[in-house]
Amino acid sequence: MSAREDVLRRVRAALGDRGAGTTAAGKVGTAPAAVEVPRRYRESGDHDPGSPAVLEQLVDRLVDYRAHVRQVTAGELPAAVADVLAQAGSVVVPPGLDEAWLAAAGDVVVHRDTRDEPLSALDLDAIGAVLTAARVACSETGTIVLDGEPDQGRRAISLVPDVHVCVVRAEQVVQTVPEMVRRLASHPERPQTWISGPSATSDIELDRVEGVHGPRTLHVLLAP
Amino acid sequence: MRIALAATCIADTMFPGAPRATVRLLERLGHEVVFPRGQACCGQMHVNTGYLDEAVPVVRNHVETFAPVADGEWDAVVVPSGSCTGSIRHQQAMVCRRAGLDDLATTAEAVSARTFELSELLVDVLGITDVGAWFGHRVTYHPTCHSLRMLRVGDKPLRLLRAVEGIDLVELPGAESCCGFGGTFALKNADTSAAMLADKTANVRATDAEVLTAGDYSCLMHIGGGLSRQRTGVGTLHLAEILASTREDPTPLPHARTEVAR
Amino acid sequence: MSTFLGLPGLRRRGTGPDGVPAASADEPFGAVPHPQEPLRWGTSFPEAARETLKNEQLRRNLGHATATIRTKRAAVVDEVPDWEALRNTGSAVKEQVMAELPHLLAQLEENVTARGGVVHWARDAAEANRIVTEIAQAKGVDEVVKVKSMATQEIGLNEHLAEEGIAAIETDLAELIVQLADDMPSHILVPAIHRNRAEIRDIFLARMGDVPADLSDVPRELAMAARAHLRRKFLSARVAVSGANFGVADTGTLAVVESEGNGRMCLTLPETLVTVMGIEKLIPTYTDLEVFAQLLPRSSTGERMNPYTSLWTGVTPGDGPQEFHLVLLDNGRTDVLADEVGRSALHCIRCSACLNVCPVYERVGGHAYGSVYPGPIGAILTPQLTAASGGVSGADDVNASLPYASTLCGACYDVCPVKIDIPSILVDLRAREVDADRGRHRVDPWKAAMKAASWVMSDGGRFGLAGRAATLGHGLGGRDGVISKAPPPVSAWTRERDLPAPPDETFRQWWASRERAAERDARPAVGHQDGEGER
Repeated sequence: MSAREDVLRRVRAALGDRGAGTTAAGKVGTAPAAVEVPRRYRESGDHDPGSPAVLEQLVDRLVDYRAHVRQVTAGELPAAVADVLAQAGSVVVPPGLDEAWLAAAGDVVVHRDTRDEPLSALDLDAIGAVLTAARVACSETGTIVLDGEPDQGRRAISLVPDVHVCVVRAEQVVQTVPEMVRRLASHPERPQTWISGPSATSDIELDRVEGVHGPRTLHVLLAP
Repeated sequence: MRIALAATCIADTMFPGAPRATVRLLERLGHEVVFPRGQACCGQMHVNTGYLDEAVPVVRNHVETFAPVADGEWDAVVVPSGSCTGSIRHQQAMVCRRAGLDDLATTAEAVSARTFELSELLVDVLGITDVGAWFGHRVTYHPTCHSLRMLRVGDKPLRLLRAVEGIDLVELPGAESCCGFGGTFALKNADTSAAMLADKTANVRATDAEVLTAGDYSCLMHIGGGLSRQRTGVGTLHLAEILASTREDPTPLPHARTEVAR
Repeated sequence: MSTFLGLPGLRRRGTGPDGVPAASADEPFGAVPHPQEPLRWGTSFPEAARETLKNEQLRRNLGHATATIRTKRAAVVDEVPDWEALRNTGSAVKEQVMAELPHLLAQLEENVTARGGVVHWARDAAEANRIVTEIAQAKGVDEVVKVKSMATQEIGLNEHLAEEGIAAIETDLAELIVQLADDMPSHILVPAIHRNRAEIRDIFLARMGDVPADLSDVPRELAMAARAHLRRKFLSARVAVSGANFGVADTGTLAVVESEGNGRMCLTLPETLVTVMGIEKLIPTYTDLEVFAQLLPRSSTGERMNPYTSLWTGVTPGDGPQEFHLVLLDNGRTDVLADEVGRSALHCIRCSACLNVCPVYERVGGHAYGSVYPGPIGAILTPQLTAASGGVSGADDVNASLPYASTLCGACYDVCPVKIDIPSILVDLRAREVDADRGRHRVDPWKAAMKAASWVMSDGGRFGLAGRAATLGHGLGGRDGVISKAPPPVSAWTRERDLPAPPDETFRQWWASRERAAERDARPAVGHQDGEGER
């Protein structure tokens, strides 16, 4: 009997299937009762996606995580991008990024990364920053999700450089986790990274230290 | 009300002051208390130590002794213990069913539905928080684990204590942390139990209270045993003994070993 | 030399990461050498606890760390208005997973395979270890990077790989500390919780090899040293091994929840990823994540959301590992599933909230439990996972002492995000252990005492007589009314506590005399009453 068949047979025995032999400890279990799953939790928040209250909460949560947040108008966005990238010197961008965002960042060396012509991890390690869009954000938890689409790029590019600049549009910001997950559920197969602040550890005396292996600095630019 | 008293085995034999005070208190409040003589123990010790077969006759005796409450002979059963009430409410029917005694389990459930821990009886059933008590001493209260987390008595005991005239009630640091008794745990894991007890007694001492009170004499025996060994001078009284105390007939301070007494 | 050395069933690794030679036995780190059985090591719980309780530094470290995390958790749980509703859903979803496990496992396998992943099945630890080793060998690597994972701890993967000449490099900071110290984890979430900052600095200085000599014990500086140490490994690693927090049956999606970014590094940069997942880690649908993504981070690290969660479904062409293997592990889980009461231990999402609130764990630490699963959840999971080799078979197995490692205070149940009724399962396992011992003919003072007590306590008359007999001991207390020295087994009590002497009158004696007095008062003319009297 293959391991697959054997494990599945044991599972059936554990759940009371008398024709399935026994588990490794020689047991046959009882059949569980049918389960009704109650869902009385909040499936959406009090505030609409992109509403001022939701944006305010997102900013509050991000600041709490020690991310840097700026709310900008569409017109201010290129200058804000240039500003936060100035220190980094170089930036990697995904193939589908809105080129207008880089319009004011003339002094910054721009590297382009695609799935067909990916930069190596060592290449990425030598680049100062990464600039991406996002798929959705959740204000209650301060979470921003990237799902690998062309304006966000491969997972590696938003991981290896030490500074992540992420542009989030207001309509992408929802209040609750269920609202966020349900937006993502239309494409669950896409590789997702949920980001809630810069990387951190609490492994030493439960003392939180921000900035370990992932980008140590997270800039969020909240655009309309 | 006509209220049957389940004295609990430990208080009956070791700490009769608690059930005596329960009687005194309820009679003062105008209720009739009866003591069904067939009672012995709720079975908690056997259950929590894993001796469920041996628990069956003990549980059967309790259920059959108090079954008249289900028929309305008494209005309620009162238990001056959170953990015994917890066992009656959450374990007795399980013990019966495990032994295939479904009818007894049904009776156990009917009895437990009319069984209340003292603070539950006073606040929820009788609807009072001021029982007209007087106790002129500094007191701290330990909420025992089963009162707190099995019965969810919440702040009922504290509300009763706050209404006691003359009392100087001080908050116990780390109050909700277990004292380390756990029934036979104190014997089977004596070292761990002692470590937990040491933290609890240190917190009690920090309050400068004269008396430590709780709704369970089992936990009080444990913490009190530590306080006595350390000769802290802090005595223990059951919640009932403080609530039964009046200006005319005050509950005396319990004897407590001190450094000086040595 | 550590007290644990010399016990059977322990082994030390040949070399640590970077080829650092294994610690010699008299070095300060590694009080717990790596056991042959990660689910059963050392002595019984009471004996192991007696040893760890002597370590006051450990108790201070644990007291500080658990108090910190308890406060954080309470704050972020309190701000969720529908926390109880989420717990109820989480609990029911997990119950549903157990009930539908055969179907959900097949569904997960089908979806992972359809997206280019390879699914393997492992009956036990040895089989899982063999599968992972063969994949690494096929890739020709002598080094793999690892994401923190309880499943691979449970099967002793690192030790197995080391025996095959493959170094497994733990990349989670706490796991790295434990690995460098050649220690065992003592907590599910924070495996190095038993170490304080000064100890961690000493471990890094002695074992990391590439740290500055003037390294301080400031947590930030220690974390940066780990970052620098591991960065090279991440950028060159070709094979990574991970666990999984969730496996979504209806999409084939896997999730890893983490904080440091070491998980993302491992899950993203290498060419090949091997994930070892217990068969109970399933959730039925992708949208069920909306429940668990709220329950887990707040319960575990006390954060609204952990810094990074990675989700992947099979292989994504051009993004991340292009070869993905999923190893589905039984290793005793079906034995747990067969237990009607104990099966809900499989609902556990490894948040470790129960450890952080447990007054026993807080004093004794994780190593006393003799398993990679310590604390309250370990006390119900470890014996059941090892049932096939005697875990709940009575006093013969050290794991049978674990269900007694609790006062049943209930704090664990209150914080459990999926509402596992740990106290009730502990009691049930105690009963199983007692029942397993019934057939054995041996002198057991507990059994004798419980049988005798059952007879006395099941009858008011017998109990009344016993109580009256006890009052004869009233004089034992002397002037203070307390007993300070008693014979065994009560001596365990009187080592640290006094025992009150019995009263001169039991309650029922008092009640009887009161009734007699009342009857006299009611019928004064009749004289002596031959009433029921006391019994």
